[in-house]
Amino acid sequence: MHIKYESFVREPLVDGDKDYHQVSEDIIRPIEGKPGRMWYVGFFFALCLLAYGVFSVSWAVYWGLGTWGVNRTIGWGWDITNFVWWVGIGHAGTLISAILLLFRQGWRTGVNRAAEAMTIFAVMCAGQFPIWHMGRVWDAFFVLPLPNSRGPLWPNFDSPLLWDVFAISTYFTVSLLFWYSGLIPDFALVRDRAKTKFRKMMYGFASFGWTGTAKNWQRQEALALVLAGLSTPLVLSVHTIVSFDFATSVIPGWHTTIFPPYFVAGAVFSGFAMVNTLLVITRKILHLEEYITIGHLEAMNKVIVLTGSIVGIAYLTELFIAWYSQSWGEMAAFQWRILGPYWWSYWAMMTCNVVSPQLFWVKKLRRNIPFTFIMSIVVNIGMWFERFVIIVTSTYRDWIPGSWAYYSPTWPEVGFYLGTFGLFFTCYFLFAKYFPVIAVSEIKFVLKTSGDNYKRSMAKYEEQSGEEFIEMVTSHHDEEHHEPAHH
Amino acid sequence: MAIKKFAVAAYDDEDVLFPAVSKVRHSGYKLHDIYTPFPVHGLDVAMGLKETDLHIAGFIYGLCGTSTAVGFISWIYTIDWKINYGGKPHFSLPAWIPITFELTVLFAAVGMVLTFCYLNQIMPGVKKHVFHPRQSDDLFIITLELNDHVSESEAIAFLKSTGAKETSVQIAEDSWWYGRWDKAEPYEALNA
Repeated sequence: MHIKYESFVREPLVDGDKDYHQVSEDIIRPIEGKPGRMWYVGFFFALCLLAYGVFSVSWAVYWGLGTWGVNRTIGWGWDITNFVWWVGIGHAGTLISAILLLFRQGWRTGVNRAAEAMTIFAVMCAGQFPIWHMGRVWDAFFVLPLPNSRGPLWPNFDSPLLWDVFAISTYFTVSLLFWYSGLIPDFALVRDRAKTKFRKMMYGFASFGWTGTAKNWQRQEALALVLAGLSTPLVLSVHTIVSFDFATSVIPGWHTTIFPPYFVAGAVFSGFAMVNTLLVITRKILHLEEYITIGHLEAMNKVIVLTGSIVGIAYLTELFIAWYSQSWGEMAAFQWRILGPYWWSYWAMMTCNVVSPQLFWVKKLRRNIPFTFIMSIVVNIGMWFERFVIIVTSTYRDWIPGSWAYYSPTWPEVGFYLGTFGLFFTCYFLFAKYFPVIAVSEIKFVLKTSGDNYKRSMAKYEEQSGEEFIEMVTSHHDEEHHEPAHH
Repeated sequence: MAIKKFAVAAYDDEDVLFPAVSKVRHSGYKLHDIYTPFPVHGLDVAMGLKETDLHIAGFIYGLCGTSTAVGFISWIYTIDWKINYGGKPHFSLPAWIPITFELTVLFAAVGMVLTFCYLNQIMPGVKKHVFHPRQSDDLFIITLELNDHVSESEAIAFLKSTGAKETSVQIAEDSWWYGRWDKAEPYEALNA
């Protein structure tokens, strides 16, 4: 006998009476049926937003960046704010699938597929902003170190802006590979179940001809482990490098060594909030409440309260260091940030990011779904304001009072931002319809240890004394390992 | 690429599968492969498979990435086109750490995934024989390779004795080929 035993202290990861086949049924069924009316409405709305975004960007490219509200004092406005915001959101997926894999957190299996899809779509949205901010976007390939007729003149490898190009493109590529290598076996499942010829052909193509031999799985697990090991420092490096865009400059408010950890914590904070926003809806519409349980949402809320508190400490540290430095420029920058014309953005950030997540110390609220959903949106509003505060309120009053300025976005900037929501949700709706939104093979892997019905059948071991249990396990252990020793 | 005859057994529980694997290995039948819907830990050991060297390949690809980044940037900044950026030295290694790290990860990840696909012989457009439509759902499939010297009925009887829920004899392509998954293959008519 093979005992798969996990303490009752841990909540089941899969609720209800499930066997392997039922898991396939529950997760693959939405792919095989027609989507509901909500899906069509949402998808159409997302496409409209995307179209408006394309129009806004085309307008800005045709007439030039003069159509945006940015000026000589405030050179980065909504565009870079949105870039940092989306990249931050794009941190949760890989954190869940990589770091939580290394820490052997079983609950990641329920949420990693959707979280990683979200990551990929968020990074796609983020990438738009620096590209279209170039203005002369047809010269965008200048950032690549290609042999050229300008010397060849190479990009500046000592510049954080170029580090960003490498960091974000690497992050996108590696996240995509990690995600897809996990999807291959699940596509094979959809293929083998397919009743229609078209579905069989498409998923046959997407599954790369996977059949799931023992050697296939051995390599797949080795690949997942190494990719997790590589992605862990990668995910930390990406927002670190984004923070270098600011921290390596000499602008008061940007020139701080605290930025890398502060940005990474903020990224995880906003990313987990976005995962919650999406999953609360997805689990409801696709009837996956037994796989994405309240326990899963609670685990993410715990990460939100932790990272929210780290971000809060970072804000206070910044203020303390500004005072402690006794540097006139630093002190003035923070004073204007809090009390100047943009005071509302600072206080919106403080309320949404530092004060409100503290409510998650209360267990009842962590396990309350409507509250979780509202908080997940509040957190992302707060994190948007954080980036706005850092970017705009550090530059609007610079060293020469004569050049002090105020900045508000114009419609093409707002349209561009709305357009990235369109891109994000268009991709997410397609994902929810055509992809297994939960990693089926990973759920099956943990089912017999963490499934509700299997855990219940372990009640007899839970009641045993420690000695009895050890006695039983060791005697089985001897039996099991006796036989193969003859080979 | 060869069309062969296989005895196929389907199991619905890992606890039955493991003793069955052990019996197959002692029996003298030629084990072709085992198909499972998810990674079953310890199955590779039970089958006597070696540990994969994929991670070593990943390490080597990573080193290629590191040396590409350091070599390329050094060549550009110290030989090809020297530019003075704010008085920094031409050979300013610390400033190159981020890009070197990113390229290390990029090379390792891309190289490993391509190697993974090559070793598993998987690619868009590749087709392989599926012994049981539920091998990706809830059944564990053991396949034995048969030849003229082996009795089909004895092989099936043996597999049944190990606790198989379903058994069959199938004629199948043992390797991969290019094909569309919605099209039937000529050899499949032999199983009808």
